[in-house]
Amino acid sequence: MTAIRVGRAQRTGLVAAVFAVFSAFVIWTFIHLTHYPPTVAAAATAPGEANITMQTVGAIGTEPHPPWVSYLVQRPNGTWVHTTVLKVPAHSTVHVTIYQYDSGSDLRNPLMNQVQGVGDATVNGKPYSMWTDAIGHTFTVPQLGISVPLPGIPSDAKNPCSTNAPCSPSFDHMKVQFTFQTGAAGTYTWQCFVPCGVAYIAGFGGPMSTVGYMNGVLQVTA
Amino acid sequence: MSATPGEPAASRPDLERASTPVANVNRPHVIRIISIWGVLSVVLAPIVYFVWGPHMPPGNMSNVARGQQFDNQVLATVATPVVLFIWTYLGYSITCFRSRGSSDDGPPIKGHRGFQASWLLGTTAIVMALFVFGTYQLITPAGAGTGSGANPIWVPPGYSATAKTNKILQVQVIGQQWRWTFRYPAYSGVETTQLEIPVGVEIQFNVTSLDVIHEFWAQQLAVKADANPGVNNIAFARANRTGSVDVKCAELCGTLHGAMVTTGAVVTQADFTSWITTQVKVHAADIPLLPPYAVTYLPTPDGGYYDPGQDPVPDTSAPTGSPSSGEPTGDTGSPASAAPSPSASS
Repeated sequence: MTAIRVGRAQRTGLVAAVFAVFSAFVIWTFIHLTHYPPTVAAAATAPGEANITMQTVGAIGTEPHPPWVSYLVQRPNGTWVHTTVLKVPAHSTVHVTIYQYDSGSDLRNPLMNQVQGVGDATVNGKPYSMWTDAIGHTFTVPQLGISVPLPGIPSDAKNPCSTNAPCSPSFDHMKVQFTFQTGAAGTYTWQCFVPCGVAYIAGFGGPMSTVGYMNGVLQVTA
Repeated sequence: MSATPGEPAASRPDLERASTPVANVNRPHVIRIISIWGVLSVVLAPIVYFVWGPHMPPGNMSNVARGQQFDNQVLATVATPVVLFIWTYLGYSITCFRSRGSSDDGPPIKGHRGFQASWLLGTTAIVMALFVFGTYQLITPAGAGTGSGANPIWVPPGYSATAKTNKILQVQVIGQQWRWTFRYPAYSGVETTQLEIPVGVEIQFNVTSLDVIHEFWAQQLAVKADANPGVNNIAFARANRTGSVDVKCAELCGTLHGAMVTTGAVVTQADFTSWITTQVKVHAADIPLLPPYAVTYLPTPDGGYYDPGQDPVPDTSAPTGSPSSGEPTGDTGSPASAAPSPSASS
């Protein structure tokens, strides 16, 4: 048997390679586990007033979960951000506009077809207090008593959004607007109550359980 | 004192001493330990029961809360002499039996039949007494605030398994990812997101779930019952005073389990009547859309509406798609005159 002689440079290179692979794994894991959607602050329009503009899409179209339904939020400069982390001022009136591009489906609990806890709710400019037909998603903050059903576009819509998010207003959509009052500072969770996590248990897994998709955080800041 | 290895045991004075009855040798120590323990127990046990006891959780907002608090008082009071005996013996041993400069082992400990028998009989008596006490406490008040399934064994007066003859105010608790809703079958089956109950009235909580396993925990009322899909889990409680109630989910049920909280209220009978009447009016438009009141509800296979027989949106296509020609309902509850355009411009 002939002994294999490994030179100093080869040993150093081998150790460096192993170290590099290990480091890359640690860095990738860290980035993957600590990834959190960015926070978008509501645009202040006047003292005690702020605006939030969002859209909902049937499929985000981008990694890591292209088929997942999702919300997107518009920054004050007009760019769309894939997030559901919102920051709004305390003791203010928040005007919300949501462009709903997804088709509708059944609610788990029809109680959620009501508009609750907000004022001046309109869909495509017409006031409504409940939606008795198919609902795309809801914007619901249970701890604040806020819930707004977002009507779905018809299943036979002629021009549904067919591109990766964000969708442009040229596609069929429902425009929902409402306002709500914020109280003292605090952090609240919000979510969609349509079981649209298709293929997940009870429809509330996957995107329904993930911040950045159908599950979000509302930061009310002083 | 240590014996030389190999030395016959019969000639070892430490073993001879150990073979004599321990009580005879240690009688002064035993008397002192029992005296200290007795005095501490006589002083502290009443303090635990009468001073600390009334502040023990879960309080006394309801009859079951008071029952659970009483259980905690009794258990803590019974445990007090046991704990004190251990602490007394430990403290006495550290003080009187500690090694004073010698590293030699003490004499080996031999059994003492009288002591062992007393210990076994005493602990057995305590455990059996607590078993009987605990069983009795489950009966009065009925179920002690726990979910007792669809056919509870112990029920309060006025209960009947037949809905029409049941004289107890029923509140259905519906868990769903991730919030609680409440239905009042005696009031048109109205469903609300708030829990409100009248003081002094026996309440029957019918707890169920629309999706996964939750657990309804009304903290101050001391009601804690699993919310399982397809199961009606009955718990009883009668509030003794008005106040707020923290409602939480006590079963890990998903990512927003921790946010599945709400605040309920115990109010006067008059306030409850006013509130529930208002709720029925406010929800007049959506009550017909709810499924008929039932003790359980099953979601549709596609994860949708929770009563297939009452589905207002028949599923004729893919799970995420359904017909849409909806009419918005106006603030007065009447249908609006015009359907919104699904492609309205922004």
